[in-house]
Amino acid sequence: MPQIDQIMTTYGSQLFWLVITFGLIYFVIGRSMFPKIQGTVDQRKAKIAGDIAAAKAAHARADEIEEEYRVAHARARDAALAVTAEAKAKGAREAEAKVRAADNGIATQLADAEAAIAAQQTAALAEIEAVAVEAAQDIVARLTPAKITKPQVNRAVKGALADA
Amino acid sequence: MAAESGKIDPMHQFEIAPISNGGFEIAGQAITFTNSALWMLLTLVAVWVFMQGGMKRELVPGRWQLMVEGFTGFIDDMMTANIGAEGRKYAPYVFSLFMFILFANILGLIPIGVVGGHPFTVTSHLTITGVLAIVSFSIVLIVGFARHGLHFFSLFVPHGTPLPMIPFIFVVELLSFLVRPFSLGLRLFVAMTAGHILLKVLAGFVINSTNAGIGYGLLVGLPSLTLMVGISALEILVAVVQAYVFALLTSLYINDAVNLH
Repeated sequence: MPQIDQIMTTYGSQLFWLVITFGLIYFVIGRSMFPKIQGTVDQRKAKIAGDIAAAKAAHARADEIEEEYRVAHARARDAALAVTAEAKAKGAREAEAKVRAADNGIATQLADAEAAIAAQQTAALAEIEAVAVEAAQDIVARLTPAKITKPQVNRAVKGALADA
Repeated sequence: MAAESGKIDPMHQFEIAPISNGGFEIAGQAITFTNSALWMLLTLVAVWVFMQGGMKRELVPGRWQLMVEGFTGFIDDMMTANIGAEGRKYAPYVFSLFMFILFANILGLIPIGVVGGHPFTVTSHLTITGVLAIVSFSIVLIVGFARHGLHFFSLFVPHGTPLPMIPFIFVVELLSFLVRPFSLGLRLFVAMTAGHILLKVLAGFVINSTNAGIGYGLLVGLPSLTLMVGISALEILVAVVQAYVFALLTSLYINDAVNLH
């Protein structure tokens, strides 16, 4: 086995070259390049973590904005509802007032008309009375020779009308 | 050597031979540019080139960058899962270890023998795996004693051990702790060596049986070749798994040192 047969004559040479090559690998690659590559990987990890955090923050902000919008929307709707309700109430009140005014007008007209009717009725009644008195006087004068005075007839007619 | 004797030596692939002349000596050891050194450099270059894809550092990664980040993230997650947040401090070392072993394992499996090259698996040498294991073990010892001082020895007495059992358990736990660097280094070395020997032996069957005649070639060579395809796939898996196991065990041992139990 040459590894063991030659060991005494070659170990110095092998050690010498091993120290050079492995030393270079350790110092140039292990000590210098390896941490840089590690750094790149760490940097990338940090970047990804940062980006994810930023995305999460943006997402949260979007949620916040949506919430704000929702609140504003609800507020606006409430305001609009209040305005319409008020307008409705106002309309109702006005309508009521108008109706009441109209009612009042109608009532006065009715009262006037009733008064007029009553006046006409009294007038008519008075006329009927007068006509009845004349008629009664005429009838009595034609049928009987008795002379009756107007106040007598009047009293009689009034009594008859009151009985009727 | 293999050509001279007329038979295929499955161990030849592990031999270390100088590629260039020259070199110098340190403490009696000749330092030359060998095939092992070449493949270590290739490993370094391959890992470096691969990592370049991760250096684009774009926010939205491309395929290559994603692949590199998959590797770094894998080690990063492993360290965090096994040790905790503190584990990231040791991630550069474990990552270097993982990439070096993984690329060395896989480069050793590239079939450039087809075009006359000789692939060499750096991690099939006990010297290399042993040194890596000793480095890992040293880190565990240094971190353990630096953080906990002599209290680090409480690692060898698990919670709830009955008092009379403590000396016995302590010895057992200490032994298992001391065996760690050997098991760590040997595991990788043996897995790599065994797989490569198996592939070479089967390749030898294919060549020798076919040379002996077409009948032998069909009878022995063809099943061997089929088996080689399967074992090659298995070896790729082993290359990845062994790199993972080395890194995982290192992270677990560092966890012992950092958090005790």
